Amino acid sequence: MRSRIMDKIAMGILWANGFLTIAILAMIIGYVVVKGLPAMSLGFIFTSPHGIEQSGGIFPTIVASLYVTILTVIFTTPIAVGAAVYLSEYVKQGRLVTIIRFGADTLSGVPSIVLGLFGLALFVYILGFGWSMLSGALTLTLMALPILMRTTEDALKAVPNAWRQGSMGLGATKWQTIRRVILPAALPRILTCVVLAVGRVFGETAVLMFTVGMAINLPFFPNEPGRAMTTHLYLLATEGISMKTAYGTALLLMAIILLFNLSARKIFNKTQR
Amino acid sequence: MAEPVPADAIQENMLSGDKIDVRDLDFYYGDFKALEGVTVGIKRNAITAFIGPSGCGKSTFLRSLNRMNDLIDGTRVEGTVLLDGKDIYAEDVDVVDLRRRVGMIFQQANPFPLSIYENIAYGPRIHGLRNKAELDTIVEDSLTKANLWKEVKDKLGQPGTDLSGGQQQRLCIARVLAVNPEVLLMDEPCSAIDPTSTQKIEDLMDKLKDNFTIVIVTHNMQQAARVSDYTAFFLAEDTNLPAKLIEYDMTDIVFTNPTDKRTENYITGRFG
Repeated sequence: MRSRIMDKIAMGILWANGFLTIAILAMIIGYVVVKGLPAMSLGFIFTSPHGIEQSGGIFPTIVASLYVTILTVIFTTPIAVGAAVYLSEYVKQGRLVTIIRFGADTLSGVPSIVLGLFGLALFVYILGFGWSMLSGALTLTLMALPILMRTTEDALKAVPNAWRQGSMGLGATKWQTIRRVILPAALPRILTCVVLAVGRVFGETAVLMFTVGMAINLPFFPNEPGRAMTTHLYLLATEGISMKTAYGTALLLMAIILLFNLSARKIFNKTQR
Repeated sequence: MAEPVPADAIQENMLSGDKIDVRDLDFYYGDFKALEGVTVGIKRNAITAFIGPSGCGKSTFLRSLNRMNDLIDGTRVEGTVLLDGKDIYAEDVDVVDLRRRVGMIFQQANPFPLSIYENIAYGPRIHGLRNKAELDTIVEDSLTKANLWKEVKDKLGQPGTDLSGGQQQRLCIARVLAVNPEVLLMDEPCSAIDPTSTQKIEDLMDKLKDNFTIVIVTHNMQQAARVSDYTAFFLAEDTNLPAKLIEYDMTDIVFTNPTDKRTENYITGRFG
């Protein structure tokens, strides 16, 4: 009898914990939606800011955010996947690998504002790329690389060993096995990891303020500066320019990130079967 | 590295009908000696069964015959393994070609997450074959040889993983046959499938031995007695002692009139 009561209590507590998590999420989303929806319109998405930015749309900032994000993915994915393949398939598991993994984990724990400062020093000043899409993307690559490398490594580890052995047993070389069996099998998971990393990069703020700049500018070439959505949101709110536009930007930012995450799920489910 | 094999030993091997000639093989996992002093001649176009209790090194020994153990860090081999008189552990051996010649069937059927057709075409493709017509022929041939063609000929585009367990195992056999091997190593190929499918695989082995040299590791003594021509009994007297080859002879003799008391105890079910 006692154990049944305990069971009920435990279930109640666990349920409350789960509910609290969902409730917090719902509260944040609900608040931003309610506050941001009045600002929302096609004009808000597709036009540039007017005057001292309290009116008009936020189009250039959306473009800048997407620009930097796409550039980051192009830089990060091949390096991260290559490193992950090396770590999980080629190298003998031992001290060196442990050090590399530890390094990657530490790098992904570096506060983004510190990374931003580093990017400002290295890319913007020393290498002379200035405030630009390129500087932003390179700095974000430093941030995304360890995350994507570790998640891709897990994706490769999830490929059954039996397939490796089956392939090698047929006289395939290591590279043939990787290219024809392991990578295709791990691709859904890797794509999911990439899209989730995109979500992280897209929502990044500190790094972009330091390296992309704050100029309202429709970027075309990678050496041009711009203002990311997150930076725009920060400025609108802290400079007291327009809270309405700030919430509108926040809502759109969240919607885009949600879209990334949903599509990650979709890719995964579609290819996983 | 192994010492050079004397010329008369090679000569002798070529004459004796042994496809694989193992001399004084020791096998190590790191510092642990798992196998000691195994000397055995595997007969051409016959089925040889390796039996013994769990952990007696029979699978390890099987994998040392096509160097699959190379894939495990820290393993080491001493002694000689001759395939058609040539040492497979010699420096100049192409492991990729060795594994093509000595194919392997695993305990758990492991078709790739590809179509039935692509599973079979995988081997020929990695060895450089591009011609669609030739691939088609190989796919049909291999599936026919593996007694699977009739069951799958209308669904070659479907995933190999959708087949039943027994069919998957025959698909894996067909996949190995597609690269034209000389030896088939089977590591408990029937332990995960039902009796009817087991029967099909045993029938298939009987058919294949005309053209291939087959080695099977099995836990199932009835299976060894049913399918094999020769039987090798392995045993480790204790878990921290290396396993040894206790007895090796024609299957009839091993099962009816074993020389070693330990073999008799094992096959009569007194342990293991």
